[in-house]
Amino acid sequence: MKPPPFGYAAPSSLEEALAVLAELGHDAKVLAGGQSLIPLLSMRLTAPHTLVDINRIPGLADISVTADGSVVVGALVRHAELLADESARSAHPLLRRATGQVAHPAIRNRGTTCGSVAHADPSGEMTAILAITGGSVQVASAGGGHRDVSAADFFLGPLESSLRPDELALSVRFGAPGERTGSAFLELSRRRGDYAMCGAAVLVTLDEDAAVSDVRAAYLSVGPVPEVHDLSAAVAGQPYASADWVAAGALAASLVEPEGDLHASADYRRRLVAVLTERALPRAAADAVARTQRAASCH
Amino acid sequence: MSLTEEQFTVSLSVNGTTRPVTVPARRLLSDAIRHDLELTGTHVGCEHGVCGACTVLLDGAPVRSCLMFAVQAEGHEITTVEGLADADGRLHPVQEAFRDCHGLQCGFCTPGFLTTIAAALEEYEPGARISEEEAREIVGGNLCRCTGYQNIVKAVGRAQEIRTERAAHTTDDAATPADR
Repeated sequence: MKPPPFGYAAPSSLEEALAVLAELGHDAKVLAGGQSLIPLLSMRLTAPHTLVDINRIPGLADISVTADGSVVVGALVRHAELLADESARSAHPLLRRATGQVAHPAIRNRGTTCGSVAHADPSGEMTAILAITGGSVQVASAGGGHRDVSAADFFLGPLESSLRPDELALSVRFGAPGERTGSAFLELSRRRGDYAMCGAAVLVTLDEDAAVSDVRAAYLSVGPVPEVHDLSAAVAGQPYASADWVAAGALAASLVEPEGDLHASADYRRRLVAVLTERALPRAAADAVARTQRAASCH
Repeated sequence: MSLTEEQFTVSLSVNGTTRPVTVPARRLLSDAIRHDLELTGTHVGCEHGVCGACTVLLDGAPVRSCLMFAVQAEGHEITTVEGLADADGRLHPVQEAFRDCHGLQCGFCTPGFLTTIAAALEEYEPGARISEEEAREIVGGNLCRCTGYQNIVKAVGRAQEIRTERAAHTTDDAATPADR
């Protein structure tokens, strides 16, 4: 359970880091929080030639809320820092709820939100939130190269993203929740803080008459990439207080193709998709009502 | 990769004392603490971040020392279980509480619980109550195979009582000269 030997670079500037990544390409791996990478090294599941430790680079630990309400999280922001940030908390309740479910406090003190996304683990909370909010990853490479990769284009498979070997993820942007939209996040694991056997992030949008207009859900641990499903067909037009959330859960279960492993069989995961969906949706609808009322009272 | 690994000299500041260690980049912080600094109070269980036995405080916040490299720790202040008690040997409230509540049996997981709980207590003012649910959340990331956790959860509440008692005594002591 010891990592294999590796070269170690600890650049003190972004330019230096990008130059090292450009030079080493596939031989380099970026080390930020290390809470996923170091276990993989210790279990000898990966053996990069060189680790590029970005922890000494200034200017990568900022959290900002944009004019449209998106939350942008820099590469070195720890989960615990995001969770404690008042502006991000109030701007993005779904992000707050999900961040609080990431592993245990000791892991959140060290692990980075951006790194969770770059790690592209379909059982990760942050990947699902990036996907359902239509977020993006801001990426840099040597020579001033920058690109903005949408969540839909970022996740390619389990632990596989479209990040190129010479690129560094500088920040992730979680899309703003829309008007009259509420959210909920539920996950189930055998022990609190462990990887979820299944998790659901949901967004419910109501129309001006408090009827359901749009329902979306993203699931953890049920597919190779974070999946976003449109469940509106099951409940659209129904008053939120009496909407058939069970039908929405059944629709969700019919849309997913989970695989079984030693933690949960495929059938059990599919059942969890239905149950977590029907539990989460009414909470999100109630949240939408509360947010709409708060927004109205502010004007 | 050559047979001789590149060595890095790092200043590790542990429990208020700074000492240099010369280690390869892959030396886990947990191993540097145990083998290079010979502070064997920090225990190593699973070595992949699950069990919590190796938890130390990094600038006051609990982290898994098996999920950090020693070369990353320069410039940070580390506290291990050996650094919890006062210089005069008086136990930290959480250590006293574990003794009071029989919060340990074999003791292997205990250093990780003690550091984790010690940091969590700092989030509460003396006098504030820690609910059982909060106590379970605090220790939720640490595994114990002996106790069944009940007495550990009790020890969290007891540690907070001891902190409160000590804070009251400190206030009394400070008030005494003025009262005379």
